[in-house]
Amino acid sequence: TLVTALVRVSLGLCVSGCRSLSSLAELPEMHQMMRQTCRDYADRELGPIAGKLDKEHLFPAQQVRELGAMGVMAVEVPEALGGAGMDYLAYSLAVEEISRGCGSTGCVVSVNNSLYIGPILKFGTQKQKEQWITPFTTGEKVGCFALSEPGNGSDAGAASTLARQEGEEWVLNGTKAWITNSWDASATVIFATTDKSLKHKGISAFLVPMPHPGLSLGKKEDKLGIRATSTANLILEDCRIPLGNMLGSRGSGFKIAMQTLDSGRIGIASQALGIAQAALDCAADYAHKRTAFGAPIGKLQAVQFKLADMAVAVESARLLTWKAAMLKDAKKPFTKEAAMAKLAASEAATFCGHQSIQVLGGMGYVTDMPAERHYRDARITEIYEGTSEIQRLVIAGQLLKEYAS
Amino acid sequence: MSRVLVGVKRVIDYAVKIRVKPDQSGVVTDGVKHSMNPFCEIAVEEAVKLKEKKFIKEVVAVSCGPSQVTETIRTALAMGCDRGIHVEVSGKDYEAMGPLQISKIFAALAKKEEASLVILGKQAIDDDCNQTGQMTAALLDWPQGTFASEVTIDGETVKVVREIDGGLETIKISMPAVLTADLRLNTPRYATLPNIMKAKKKKIANMKPADLGVDMVSRVEVLRVDEPPTRLAGVKVETVDDLVAKLKANGTI
Repeated sequence: TLVTALVRVSLGLCVSGCRSLSSLAELPEMHQMMRQTCRDYADRELGPIAGKLDKEHLFPAQQVRELGAMGVMAVEVPEALGGAGMDYLAYSLAVEEISRGCGSTGCVVSVNNSLYIGPILKFGTQKQKEQWITPFTTGEKVGCFALSEPGNGSDAGAASTLARQEGEEWVLNGTKAWITNSWDASATVIFATTDKSLKHKGISAFLVPMPHPGLSLGKKEDKLGIRATSTANLILEDCRIPLGNMLGSRGSGFKIAMQTLDSGRIGIASQALGIAQAALDCAADYAHKRTAFGAPIGKLQAVQFKLADMAVAVESARLLTWKAAMLKDAKKPFTKEAAMAKLAASEAATFCGHQSIQVLGGMGYVTDMPAERHYRDARITEIYEGTSEIQRLVIAGQLLKEYAS
Repeated sequence: MSRVLVGVKRVIDYAVKIRVKPDQSGVVTDGVKHSMNPFCEIAVEEAVKLKEKKFIKEVVAVSCGPSQVTETIRTALAMGCDRGIHVEVSGKDYEAMGPLQISKIFAALAKKEEASLVILGKQAIDDDCNQTGQMTAALLDWPQGTFASEVTIDGETVKVVREIDGGLETIKISMPAVLTADLRLNTPRYATLPNIMKAKKKKIANMKPADLGVDMVSRVEVLRVDEPPTRLAGVKVETVDDLVAKLKANGTI
């Protein structure tokens, strides 16, 4: 009857908690606990060392191991494979809190979870999952994702790295560029063309251990921000791997990459949120303490307007991110929402980073305060895992599909 | 193999700036961040470590208060406790609740649960009483190892290294016993994500003080709560004689 149908619908909204917008106001208890434990870890263990990690370009190996022990390096991985067995909303919260403590560490967490483990979890065989995921859940090992090349970033379909079959092996040749975690990784998901004539439908995905004969690393890039992560070229010269190292079916590489990046966007959006929030925290705290014209500068409308704009930017990006995560958890399409989240969050991060320095004035420009680091860390979030321009194309594409008659 | 009771108190978070209520009846708690008392975290960590080393079989986390304290119990469960007990106390009873009432509750529970050890934090960071452990031991007529910075179980006895004013004191007490955790006993673990998931399934039993035969009447009445006096500026002096003269002048010596 109509009544039972209505009751079922409203119960469904309550019971599925996560699925409804009303729960965005207050997260489920488990998620709140999880967020708190990550926040405590970030405040106590990452905050105090983030400046040093950035200055000295140090990979936070110890912290990554500790995060692994907490389950943060493999949030979505089922417990049977060594992960935390939680959902993508939990993962988003974890990355945000970790990034709030240290933007670089948040990036390492995000790349390992979304870009390395993500595709193997979705497209790998049981044997591949055990071999390539389980050792990467503990924080002892991290993975990386090699799609971009010197000749193509946004133009991912033009992969010029080649893979040819020789007997029981694949032989890979080519160069990948801008690979995050490269110098610290123990394996990579890498994309190469197996059938050039099929264009982007001729790209396949492969799993390569690191180090490995035939695979060498270029010099570490000297970056503006997220300096505790290593970014370098991967150079393949007759790199041989067993046939069983192909991930998914032949020719499905582009599809795997695109679907992986869809989820990865939620991770990067979360990283951007953490950086944005850290920038806002820094500015708001300073506004209480710094006095000028006889009062704390937080009393000045100019400063108040900046803080308000920053808060709105972060909170709206956060809700977009949570919605994208919830849609993914509900196994509903989330491509458009993930792109919107990544776009909004990364632009919020650069906005907050910029305004935070402005609120701090001269103090914002020096390394004594973290504002300049947030500004530098934020910048990459508008570029990697799909530039803001690509995000706009993705959103427009989805939108136009919805309106097509 | 034995059972341990661990007390966990929900207090205002250590990082929060405390504000006195305008009517001076207490401090502002509404909308203020609360978390587990840091010394209780250390107590939980010690109990869980003893269980991991197989000295004890079960760790039961206990908290007294209104419904919000179940969050604190769940955190204890996420750190590794096996089950929880929520002793419901609310309203005026909760506001007047102090070490005497808590220790009566813990004494009753220790007997009911046949606990071999009761481990508490040495004090709570809100009232700084440092009494509950001692009172609980007295009510049970059990030995106590307070201000513990090291705990070693050896058969039916416990060796406790205590932090005292003069340094460290090592005592040996027989079980069952009450221990209170001091700062350097251990470093509490972060709740791992899988344990947070598992905590959801662990049981928290509900009961009232009356079920344990405990009356919550308080013999202490809070008359007034004041902020600490604002710190005055200091005065610099040139010589020791000036210093002595100034101290005499303001009545300090």
